[in-house]
Amino acid sequence: MTATSAPARGGVQASAGGGVQRARRRWRLPFSPWHLVLAPATLVLIFPFIWLLVTSVETPSEALRFPPVLAPHVLRFANYPDALSSAPFGRFFVNSTVVAVGTVLCNLVLCSLAGYALARFRFLGRSVLFVVIMATLMVPFQVTMIPQFIITKWLGVHVLAAVGINHIGALILPNAATAFGIFFLRQFFRTLPLEYEEAARVDGASRLTVLVRIVLPLAAPALATLTALTFLDSWNNFLWPLIAITSTNQMTLPLGLATFQGAHATEWPLLMAGNVMSLVPMLAIFFLAQRYFIRSVAATGLAGT
Amino acid sequence: MVASEQFTGWAFVTPGAVIIVLFGAVPIVWSALMSFQRSNLLTPSTPFAGLKNYRQMVHDPIVVQAIQHTLIYTALFVPGTMIVGLFLAVAMNRKIRFISLYRTAAYATMAISTISEAIVFIWLFDPSYGIVNYLLSLIGVPPQQFLNSPSQALYVIVVMTIWGWTGFAVVIYLAALQGVPQVLLEAAAIDGAGPWRTFRRVTLPLLSPASLFLAVWLTINALQLFDEVYLSTQGGPLNATTVLVYYLYNQAFQQFNFGYASAIAYFLFLVIIVITVIQFRVGRRLTYYRS
Repeated sequence: MTATSAPARGGVQASAGGGVQRARRRWRLPFSPWHLVLAPATLVLIFPFIWLLVTSVETPSEALRFPPVLAPHVLRFANYPDALSSAPFGRFFVNSTVVAVGTVLCNLVLCSLAGYALARFRFLGRSVLFVVIMATLMVPFQVTMIPQFIITKWLGVHVLAAVGINHIGALILPNAATAFGIFFLRQFFRTLPLEYEEAARVDGASRLTVLVRIVLPLAAPALATLTALTFLDSWNNFLWPLIAITSTNQMTLPLGLATFQGAHATEWPLLMAGNVMSLVPMLAIFFLAQRYFIRSVAATGLAGT
Repeated sequence: MVASEQFTGWAFVTPGAVIIVLFGAVPIVWSALMSFQRSNLLTPSTPFAGLKNYRQMVHDPIVVQAIQHTLIYTALFVPGTMIVGLFLAVAMNRKIRFISLYRTAAYATMAISTISEAIVFIWLFDPSYGIVNYLLSLIGVPPQQFLNSPSQALYVIVVMTIWGWTGFAVVIYLAALQGVPQVLLEAAAIDGAGPWRTFRRVTLPLLSPASLFLAVWLTINALQLFDEVYLSTQGGPLNATTVLVYYLYNQAFQQFNFGYASAIAYFLFLVIIVITVIQFRVGRRLTYYRS
């Protein structure tokens, strides 16, 4: 902090001491001094991305050279088709998308229903259920993952293969409703004014109609937050897919990429090409919906405080 | 009215509750039971073993190492991420040119998965061809072994995870900074406080709720470190990066000692609870809430 406070100090002295002119003469930088901090910091932050891109178009022999080749002499874009032919990144992408979208939709529906009931209805066992949900919210995944594995395996064998081990259904079902989602929406629903709902009830609307027509539109910001957070979580999840999936064509991007890395550990250009293809879709979604993602993450922070 | 609420209440709640109970509540109880059993995937019988699994942990040198590594990692990663995040957020909390470019660069680290992040950093820190060794050579530092070195590997993982969490910390601190009333900063300046004192005495206390949240959140995540370790070192070299969750995974899904792994999981849970409670206790005293 000391390095950055020095230039700013001049600014505040100027306004406090009335020496505006003197201060101006002292600071003749044509731009804000904060650029001197932010530009290098940003370079450090994005350098891993740049180096990832550079390596992804290098020839294998140029990648394995020391000192490293900073600007490749030949751009070998063939690394990308090569990576695609040695691992089905398209398939991983589709799987990740299906899992993330499926998980988000399930959560929106199930958490809205449960959260609304917990927020507004009085029914027997409500407080017990709420305590159970809150308890699961606090327990880390590592505690539940072994029984979850056994249950998923059992479901796949005895109930429905599509939600069993080695099927992407196994990545959706256990997360189809989350304690966080239910709790988060319940809290939000409780802040909404009761009048609209009561008026609709008087007009003869059913509970479900009230939820869908009145409450959910009012809760759009909360639903957007839940969507963004659930999507990110699902897309980046690694430990559960690692346990639940072993066959390549059911893998999601992180798991497929990790497996690809295991098989091609020293073929850096190939590995980086695969890595670029894995992270570009999420990066694109992130930039397009940046406002939603940022607001959602900030919301967890503000709620947490 | 009341009777219909009974019915609709349960009708609304049941689908979600079934998932939570089946994949959350039941596993919590089940793994607690398993931690007292000699349970593994290969033998169908699960004899009651009392505290054997827990006693085994005390005598397992790798568990002791894993606890040490987890705590060292957490003690470095959490303050590191908070300092980097606070520093960048303060720098970015102003309207200057390119500011949205700077912010986006920080946010972008949030969009990258732990696996992508780990692969890039393994390459950056490659002992033979990595660019970090090249940059070090420019200032006369001899090539380092990094992830291949028992004394350095954990610190490389600290660096890569701090990078990965920077965007998150920046978002939280920027949101909190935007809640700091300009009036207070101006008042402090009029009272003759320099920028550093204003920051220490006005801004930082107003940010303390955000700091407490970040400290707790990052700690919970740090204690569960797994992905980067799995990908970059598999706990090595010489167990130097074996952290609790990696060892737990290894026991559960490579050795299939479900009972022992469950005991480790419950121990991890206990560690998380104790540290979180301490953080809230200490944090509440240091945290300043307006209103």
